[in-house]
Amino acid sequence: MSAPLLEALHVTKRYGAMTALSDLSMTIDAGRPAITAVVGESGSGKTTLARIILGLTPPSAGQVLYKGRDLARLSGEQRWEFRRDVQAVFQDPYEVYNPFYRVDHVLTTPVKKFGLAANRADARAMIEGALRAVGLRPEEILGRFPHQLSGGQRQRIMVARAVLMKPKLIVADEPVSMVDASLRATILGSLRKLTDEMGISIIYITHDLATAYQVSDNILVMYRACVAEAGEVERVVKHPQHPYTRLLISSIPKVSIARDWLEDDGEQKVTALPGPDGCRFVERCPVAMAKCANTLPPLYRTEAHRAAACFQFETSPELAAGALTEVLVRG
Amino acid sequence: MSAILEVDGLRVEFEHPLGAVKAVDDVSFSLLANERLGLAGESGSGKSTMALAILRMIKPPGRIVGGRVVLDGVELSALDHEGMRKLRLAGIAMVPQGSMNSLNPVMRIKAQIADALADHGVRLSAADLDTRIAALLRTVGLRPEVASLYPHELSGGMKQRACIAIAICLRPKVIIADEPTSALDVVVQRQVMETLARVQRELACAIILVGHDMGLMAQFVDRLGVMYAGRLVEVAPIGEIITRPRHPYTKALISSLPSLEARGTMQGLPGLAPLLRDLPPGCAFHPRCTQAEDRCRSEKPAVRAVGPGQQAACHFA
Amino acid sequence: MRAFYRYLGRNVSLVVGAGLLLFLIAFVVIGHFVVDVEDARALSVRPLQPPSWRYPFGTDRQGRDLLAVMVAGTPMTLRIGFIAGILGVGIGTVLAFVAAYYRGWVDTIIRGIADIGLTVPGLLVLIIIAVGIRGGLSVNQMALVVASLAWLHPTRTIRAQVLSLRERGYVEIARMSGMSGPAIIFFELMPNLLPYLAATLVNAVSSAILASIGLEVLGLGPIDAPTLGMTLYWVNFNAAMINGWWWWWMAPTVIIVLVFLGLFFVTVGLDEIANPRLRKSA
Repeated sequence: MSAPLLEALHVTKRYGAMTALSDLSMTIDAGRPAITAVVGESGSGKTTLARIILGLTPPSAGQVLYKGRDLARLSGEQRWEFRRDVQAVFQDPYEVYNPFYRVDHVLTTPVKKFGLAANRADARAMIEGALRAVGLRPEEILGRFPHQLSGGQRQRIMVARAVLMKPKLIVADEPVSMVDASLRATILGSLRKLTDEMGISIIYITHDLATAYQVSDNILVMYRACVAEAGEVERVVKHPQHPYTRLLISSIPKVSIARDWLEDDGEQKVTALPGPDGCRFVERCPVAMAKCANTLPPLYRTEAHRAAACFQFETSPELAAGALTEVLVRG
Repeated sequence: MSAILEVDGLRVEFEHPLGAVKAVDDVSFSLLANERLGLAGESGSGKSTMALAILRMIKPPGRIVGGRVVLDGVELSALDHEGMRKLRLAGIAMVPQGSMNSLNPVMRIKAQIADALADHGVRLSAADLDTRIAALLRTVGLRPEVASLYPHELSGGMKQRACIAIAICLRPKVIIADEPTSALDVVVQRQVMETLARVQRELACAIILVGHDMGLMAQFVDRLGVMYAGRLVEVAPIGEIITRPRHPYTKALISSLPSLEARGTMQGLPGLAPLLRDLPPGCAFHPRCTQAEDRCRSEKPAVRAVGPGQQAACHFA
Repeated sequence: MRAFYRYLGRNVSLVVGAGLLLFLIAFVVIGHFVVDVEDARALSVRPLQPPSWRYPFGTDRQGRDLLAVMVAGTPMTLRIGFIAGILGVGIGTVLAFVAAYYRGWVDTIIRGIADIGLTVPGLLVLIIIAVGIRGGLSVNQMALVVASLAWLHPTRTIRAQVLSLRERGYVEIARMSGMSGPAIIFFELMPNLLPYLAATLVNAVSSAILASIGLEVLGLGPIDAPTLGMTLYWVNFNAAMINGWWWWWMAPTVIIVLVFLGLFFVTVGLDEIANPRLRKSA
């Protein structure tokens, strides 16, 4: 029984007095390819989680283990392996290209550095194949400079780059938020294909619950550095349990004739002020209880594939740390 | 209800070494006095340029090359510099994109509102000014104490509401809001849009909402105009657009939206929006259109009525 | 190629600056054929002649043909500037990249030395060094003396640029693609800094020329060389202004002004390339 691909153990990240991520534990297993969405607003900790998993930012407390070894203490060779197994797609399709080079550069560099092809011809074939896999025509892309291509094309090239390395995990941080609406479906469709056809797990980080619902199998809803709710996406979205998830879903304007969006509640009523160890959501929670201000609710396993961090469910069994994965489904 | 704003054949071009770029190509629509009109389009569609053109705020290398804009009977192109300046904010106001980040960081909110008032000749005593500003802030749902705060002390949603307060301080007849909530979280977004709705009720003004979030449009506007490659390809009541879109682009746009009803229903639109300086001949949408025929490649479809209150620019609508 | 010419048409500064410098180079090259450079030495011709057809720039008190002096001295002055400038920016670039990319104690040390060096008055240090070297300076030694301080400012400014570039998305992508630190510095960061480095170089050359002329006017330069600064030294020494020998100080002054104007305009032009926001639209 080999160690799982990545394990986050009690990972906390603080920037000065502010906590960006609080005591998160989860496991990512290479053998269960699925798309897990991490949804939250700004300040929820979702981007911090991505950067810590990718090894770009060290945690303040806790560790991230790659195949059982601490990410911070990998040898050069192990780090190289890590980079092969875990790749990323970032939000901004403009910043990630070096304006000095043609876009081929971002595709040829990993091929060269990771020795993915035996010779030039093979490399070229690989790159063209990856571009086609994301719906791009190589003849329209290769040889161009970044400023000659649209944002959508550039983002798809980044997905192609991730595909090229056939990693076991891709962390996609807001991959479509800077892309036009009509193009989002295509890019997300490519991501879905990666999981279904190539067995690559994806962590899809976004603030857009609707796209998360469309493309993922599992979802983690984060609020202010903690996991509020987690589980199989259909259950969480159709029958949200945590008050924050409920608020989030009702706040999304739906494309329908029923115009009930603006009629919902007005000012946010402050029901209780949070203590330092209390539930983060207590200020805006319509069902806050006395103890919520001073005690942080743990994740309770409310269903086979669901957990919510709310005292409403304290009759359900508590979820052990690190067992978060158990509520997530296989793809 | 009569039209408070009429745009007729507006054309905006940008000079470019490789040829003039038609950012807004012969756009016409009217806005009724108490109406909420949405202007939807993706990047490069020309919607923001159009909003600036209505306010005659297009800077070189762009310029307005044709068309009329009539606000409450006043033809804007006939006004001189000073006349237009007086009209901006007082007759027609704009909440520009990213305005919450454009608030002067070294001035308190009340000073910024007072600035706008003073620029338009409103002379009030200090006490009256305070009262007026407090009333304005209340309209946008901010506590009066916010007046003495600096922008950095406010949250994103509060800053945006402060910008709305500045926009309404002279009770304009039309407010143009360009992507007012795109940088905000979804929960805060609702508060800001509620504010905008409340403001509209109190001022009995018309609102043009420019954006690309169709869900927001569906829940907020009465009528929607869809822009593509600088042209207004469809205008219709919002209910019609959602249930019976006529233009193929609108149809594709609606089906590409992620719904929260059933998974796996997002359908991408293949191809890319054309570069404005390199438009395809005939209908600008034809390379991506599933219904395209020979006629579409050569003949640019005119905007024509296709139903009560509905227009579309398609040969087959 | 046409795009290049079109761009030049818009970047007036670069064209003017390059034009001035090219004019000076032409002056020197053609001058070598027109004039006998040996006449730049003292005791070559009749002294104190105002400009005439025979001596277009006149002659000085020690019997030098000033036209020959200018033709011989201008390249020397320029040479000092270029050697010092290139050395200074070269060293500065290396130190800046290392400090900015690796951060930590390397950065602290390099930055500390540069900061301390920058607070000490440069001319003072140069004077002390120049006085300390026995037996007078040659032109090349002059260049090295100036270069010893020329790297301080470039190190700081280039470091600042690299610090900001370092955070760019493409650097992270390069790291995730398996590129090593030095490779990232050389292949990802350096190319984007080339315009800025060019502007810094021209700036450094300008400062170096100024510093060398400063030293020479004080009499600390290569005493036998007919450089522009040394000419001004002799102008001072012989009270040429008071004595009304206007042609003597006019020639070097005009050439120095042309040199600095040329370098200045080139800097402005390069700045425009380096910072696209300065470019005039369309």
